Amino acid sequence: MLYNYYPGCTLSTKAKALDQAARACAAKLGFPLVELPEWQCCGAVYPLAPDAIAERLGAARALISARDKGGVLVTLCSACHHVLKRVNDDLARDEEIRNKVNAYLEVKEPYQGETKVLHFLEVLRDQVGFAKLAQLVTHPLTGRKIGAYYGCMLLRPSKVLAFDDPENPQLLENFLQALGATPVRYGMRNECCTGYMAVTNPGLCKQMVGEILRSARDEEAQALITACPLCRYNLVANAAPEQKVPVYYFTELLAQALGLQTEAAPVQAGGEG
Amino acid sequence: MVDKVQEQVEALRRLAHTPLQDCIQCGRCSAGCPVAFKMDLLPHRVVWELAQGNLETLLKATAPWQCVSCFACQNRCPRGVSPAAVMEALRLTAIRQQGANKYDAAQLEHFDPELPQQALVAVFRKFNK
Repeated sequence: MLYNYYPGCTLSTKAKALDQAARACAAKLGFPLVELPEWQCCGAVYPLAPDAIAERLGAARALISARDKGGVLVTLCSACHHVLKRVNDDLARDEEIRNKVNAYLEVKEPYQGETKVLHFLEVLRDQVGFAKLAQLVTHPLTGRKIGAYYGCMLLRPSKVLAFDDPENPQLLENFLQALGATPVRYGMRNECCTGYMAVTNPGLCKQMVGEILRSARDEEAQALITACPLCRYNLVANAAPEQKVPVYYFTELLAQALGLQTEAAPVQAGGEG
Repeated sequence: MVDKVQEQVEALRRLAHTPLQDCIQCGRCSAGCPVAFKMDLLPHRVVWELAQGNLETLLKATAPWQCVSCFACQNRCPRGVSPAAVMEALRLTAIRQQGANKYDAAQLEHFDPELPQQALVAVFRKFNK
C-alpha cells in the first residue's frame, strides 16, 4: 500500500521535529511515507459554513491527488487531520459542496470522498498494532511517567473523525504503554488549549494552559506528548514558569524508543523529573 | 423592514446549517464550554436566539469572538445541534462586511517567531476576510 503523506504548513517549518521523526519511524515500521507532490495548506481550521467552497479547495486538492495515487492519505498534524477528514466527509455526503468543488477544480473523474484519511496514530494502532510495536521497541521508556494531551482536533466531532472515544480516549495511552512508558491519565487531557486564541487572546490561553498543566501535574506527569504543533506551542510558550513540563511530539518519543536518531533535536529534552 | 430582518435571520440559519428546532435547551453545550465564563451569550442561548429569530441580540453578542471552535458543544449535544456552527455563522456575517476585519494584521509585527504557522492561518480564517 502507498502511504501518501500530507505534512502541512507547520510541519515543514516550525514543527520539523514532528515531521522528521515520523518519516524515520514510518520507514522503520514498514509504512514509508511518500510526500504528496504540490500539496497546499489545508487552511488550519475547518470551514463550517456550507457556502465556504474556496476554503475547502486546499484540502480537496490533496484528497483528490491521494485518490489518484492509491487512495490513502496519512497526516500527522491534528489540525490537518481535522480539516482533511471533515472536508472529505463533506465531499462524500453533501451533494451541493461536492458538485461545486468538482466543477471548480474541473476534476475529470468527480471526487466523492473515496480517499481514506488516516492519522499516523491510526496507522500505528490499526495497521502496525501496539502489540507488534512493543516488540519492535529497542530502547523502552521504562519508568517515565508521561501524560497524553489530545486537545480538540484529534477527537471532535467524533462522528466524523472516528479517531477514538472523545470523552475517554485510550489511543495515546496505549501508545505510551507500547513504548514502555507509564501513561498518566488526567482530567484535562481532552480539553482545549484555546488554539489560535494564543494570538488574539493570550490571557485566556495562559489561563486554559494553566488548568491543563495543573491537572497533568496533579497526576504526577513528568512530561506530556501531543500530535499538534499549536497545542505544543501553547503548552510550552504559554505555561507559567512554575508549571513548565517538557512537551514532546509523540513521534519524538517513538523515535527514541525505536533507537532512531533524527535531525531535529527535541526542545527541552531530558528535562524530566 | 420586517422583511429585511427576516431575510438576515434566514441567511444566518443557512450559514449555521444546523437543526436549531431540535434543541431542547438542556444546556449541556454551555456546561462543557471551556470559555463559557467569558461569554455574554452562552452556547445554548445562541441557538435559542437564532431559532427565535432575535437578530439584534445575536448581532451584538461578543460570544462568537470568545468561541475557540473546540467542538465540545457539538460533540456532546444529545440532539445533534452545533452551537459552534451558529458561532461561526455569526462571525462570518460580521467579517464578510467590507472593512469589518476583527484582527489588525499590523499587530503581527510583534508576534513570537516560534508561533506555528497554523495559528496565523487560523486567525486570518476566523477573524478576517
